[in-house]
Amino acid sequence: MELHDVWFVLIAFLWIGYFFLEGFDFGVGVLTRLLARNRPEKRVLINTIGPVWDGNEVWLVTAGGATFAAFPEWYATLFSGFYLPLLVVLVCLIVRGVAFEYRVKRSGERWQRNWEAAIFWTSLITAFVWGLIFGNIVRGVKIDSELEYVGGIGDLFNPYALLGGLVTLSLFTFHGTVFVGLKTVGEIRERARKMSLRVGLVTAVLSLVFLLWTQADKGNGASLPALVVAVVALVAAVGVAQTGREGWAFVLSGLTVVAAVAMLFLTLFPNVMPSSLHEDWNLTVTNASSSPYTLKIMTWCAGIATPVVLLYQGWTYWVFRKRIGTHHLAEAAH
Amino acid sequence: MDIALAPETLARWQFGITTVYHFLFVPLTISLAALTAGLQTAWVRTGKEKYLKATKFWGKLFLINIAMGVVTGLVQEFQFGMNWSDYSRFVGDVFGAPLAFEALIAFFFESTFIGLWIFGWDKLPKKIHLACIWMVSIGTILSAYFILAANSWMQHPVGYRINEEKGRAELTDFWRVLTQDTALTQVFHSLTAAFLTGGAFMVGIAAFHLKRKKHVPVMKTSLRLGLVTVVVGGLLTAISGDTLGKVMYEQQPMKMAAAEALWDGEGPAPFSVFAVGDVDEGHNKVAIEIPGLLSFLAKNDFESYVPGINELNEAAQEKYGPGDYRPNIPVAYWGFRWMIGFGMASFTLGLLGLWLTRKKFLLPEHLRVGEDEVPHLSLLPKKVLGPTLTKWFWRVAVLTMGFPLIANAWGWIFTEMGRQPWVVYGVLRTSAAVSPGVSQGEVITSMAVFTTLYAILAVVEVKLLVKYVKAGPPELTEADLNPPTKIGGDVRDADKPMAFSY
Repeated sequence: MELHDVWFVLIAFLWIGYFFLEGFDFGVGVLTRLLARNRPEKRVLINTIGPVWDGNEVWLVTAGGATFAAFPEWYATLFSGFYLPLLVVLVCLIVRGVAFEYRVKRSGERWQRNWEAAIFWTSLITAFVWGLIFGNIVRGVKIDSELEYVGGIGDLFNPYALLGGLVTLSLFTFHGTVFVGLKTVGEIRERARKMSLRVGLVTAVLSLVFLLWTQADKGNGASLPALVVAVVALVAAVGVAQTGREGWAFVLSGLTVVAAVAMLFLTLFPNVMPSSLHEDWNLTVTNASSSPYTLKIMTWCAGIATPVVLLYQGWTYWVFRKRIGTHHLAEAAH
Repeated sequence: MDIALAPETLARWQFGITTVYHFLFVPLTISLAALTAGLQTAWVRTGKEKYLKATKFWGKLFLINIAMGVVTGLVQEFQFGMNWSDYSRFVGDVFGAPLAFEALIAFFFESTFIGLWIFGWDKLPKKIHLACIWMVSIGTILSAYFILAANSWMQHPVGYRINEEKGRAELTDFWRVLTQDTALTQVFHSLTAAFLTGGAFMVGIAAFHLKRKKHVPVMKTSLRLGLVTVVVGGLLTAISGDTLGKVMYEQQPMKMAAAEALWDGEGPAPFSVFAVGDVDEGHNKVAIEIPGLLSFLAKNDFESYVPGINELNEAAQEKYGPGDYRPNIPVAYWGFRWMIGFGMASFTLGLLGLWLTRKKFLLPEHLRVGEDEVPHLSLLPKKVLGPTLTKWFWRVAVLTMGFPLIANAWGWIFTEMGRQPWVVYGVLRTSAAVSPGVSQGEVITSMAVFTTLYAILAVVEVKLLVKYVKAGPPELTEADLNPPTKIGGDVRDADKPMAFSY
C-alpha cells in the first residue's frame, strides 16, 4: 500500500467520521419539526447536540483541508466543479451555526421562531445536498483532459444523484431519531422510538434501491460486503430500536452510515473522481495526489493527532452522557 | 472581457470581502479567549466573585463573537478550491499541509473544548472547566500560527521546488515553511495586534459602564486588564511591525516602496507623512516627508539607500518579462498609514488611560478609591480631571474601541494587495490562479450571496453584542458558586436544570 492509498483511506475515514457525527446532528435538526411538538421539546432536541455539533463539523473542515494537502487536484476539481451545491452547503452551515448559538440569546417570539426555522431548513438542505454531491462523484461527472469540471449545474441533477440526496436525508434523519432516543428522557424519547420505525422503513427502501443501483453500475468485489453490512445493519437498527435497546440501535444506525459511505469510496478506488467523458481523464489516487514528501509529513501528523482527537471528542460525549428532558432546560435568554 | 468583471477581479473582490469580514472576528476571538481564561483563572485562584462575574460577562461576548468567526472560517477553507482552483492545483502540495495541520490540531481542539466550556459549568469540576477555556485559547493561537505560516509562504515562498513535469510547486522542507522569519514575524505581529484589539474592546465596554457608574467592581477590573493589554499589545505590535517591515524590505521591496509611495530610490530615504501621487507619471505631486526615517525603518540606520517603485518595476520586468509589477500604490500607501494610525491611536489612548486610572503610583492618599468606586482620572500627580473631561475620556474610549479592527483590516489589505500582481510572490501570478471552469455568473452569485448574508449577520451580531453589553454582568446563582466535584455533574439531583442550555 503506497502513501496515496493510505491517504485515500484517511480521506474516506474523515468523511465517514463527518457523516457519522454530523449525520445525527442534521437528523436532530430535521426532527425539530418532525418530532418536537412545542418549543421546550425543540430545545431539548437542540440541546442533545448542543455541546458537540461544533466539534462534529470540524470533521468536514479537516476532510477539506486533508484533501487539499493530500490530493490537490481532487480538491481543486471537486470544489470548483461543485461550485453552486457547495455554496448552498456553506450558506446553510453558516446560518445553522449562528442559529444554534444565537437562538437562545433573545426571548422574542419572532427571533426564536426564525432561528428554529433556520435550524430545520439548513439541516434538511445540507443533508440532502451531501448525498447529491456524493452521488455525482460516484456516478462520474464531466471532467476534461485538464482534470477540469466542464459540466453545467443541470448535469448534477440526475435521478441517481437525486436519490442519493434522499438517501442521506432519510438516513441522517433516522440516525437522528435513534440518537434522540438515546439522549432524551420522557415522552419525547417514546415518540422518537416510534418515529424511528417509520423513518427507518423509508430509509431502508431508499437505501436499498440506491446501494443496489450503485453496486450494479459501479460496484466491485470490495464494495459488495460493505453493501451487505449497510443493509443488514440498517434493518437491524430499525428492529433493535423498537425493543428499546437504544445504545445498540445507535451503534447499528452508525454502522449503517459507516458502511454505506465506505461502500461509495470502495466503488471509487483507485479513482477519486471518475470522468464521465473519458476513462483516461479520471482523477485517480496517483494523478491527483501530492508528492511523497508531503504525504509522509501528513501521515505523521494524522497518525499522532487523530487518536488524540478521537480520545478527547469521545470524552466530551462521556461528560454529557446524561439524558435530558424538558425539565432540564435552563431558563431561556439570560 | 471587461476588466471590472474579469474572473480574477471578481474572485479577488470576493476573497477580500470574505477575508476582511472573517478577520473582524478572529483577533477578538484570539484575545477574548485568553482574557476570559485569565479572568476565570483569577476566580479559581482567589474566589472573588467579581472575577466570576467578569468571566461570565466577557465569556458571553466572546461566544457571540466566536460563533461568527467559526462559520465565516468555513468559507475561507472552501474558497481556495471554489474560486482559485488553479492556485490550489499549483500550491496544494505545499500550502495544503499547514491548512490540514490547522484543522487536525487547532480546529478540533478549539471547537471541542468550546462546547465543553459552554455547557460544562455544571458538568465539570472547577479546575477542569477552567482548563477547557485555556484549551480553546491554545487552539485559537495554534490556528493563527498555521494559517499565517501558509500565508507567509505566499509572501515569501521557501522550502519548495518547482516540478516542471507536473506544473506545480512541491514541498521539500516543511520545517522551513513553519519557521521562516516571515512566518514568525507575521505570527508575532498578528497575535500582538489581536491583543491590542481585544484590549481596546474591553476598555471601551468597561468605559461605557464606568461612565454610568454601573457594575463598578467588575468593570474596573476589566478596565485595568484591558488597558494593560492595550499597552503591552500595542507596544509589541509596534515592535513586531517594525521587524516585519524590515523583513519585507528584504523580501518584497516593491510592497514597501509602494507603502511609502517612494517612486525613485533615495539614500538616505525620507518617511512620507502625506503624499498625493500620480501613477501614470511615476512621481508624487505633493509630499510631506521626515528625512532619513525610511532608511531607518528599512535598514536600521539613517543613511541607507532604499530602492524606489520605478527601478523595482524595471528590475522585475527584466527578471520576469514584460508587464506591470506595481501593486495599487494609493491602496498600499494609505492602507499602510491607516493601519499604523488607527492601531497607534488606540495604543496612545491606552497609555493615557493606564496613567489616568493608576491606583497608587504618584497618587496622593485622598485620590485613591475603594473597590466599589469609579477611579478618578488624575492627569497630574495631584490633580484630577473635571467632570466634562472625565466624561469625554470615557466617551472617547467607547468611540475608539473599534480602531484596532480598522487597523487590522487595512493591515491585511495592505499586505495582500501590496504583493500583487503575485499570489505567490515571484512564482505564481494572481491572474493564473483563478478557477478556469467557474463562470462569471457563479462568482457573481456567490459574491452577492455572501455579501448579503454577511451584512445581515453583522447587524444581528452587533445588536446582540449591544444587548449583552448593556445588560452588564449577570447575577451569580447558587449553582455558579457551587460547581460540581465530579465529571459529568453531581448525581445528587438528577432533575436539576442545566446551568446553560441553547
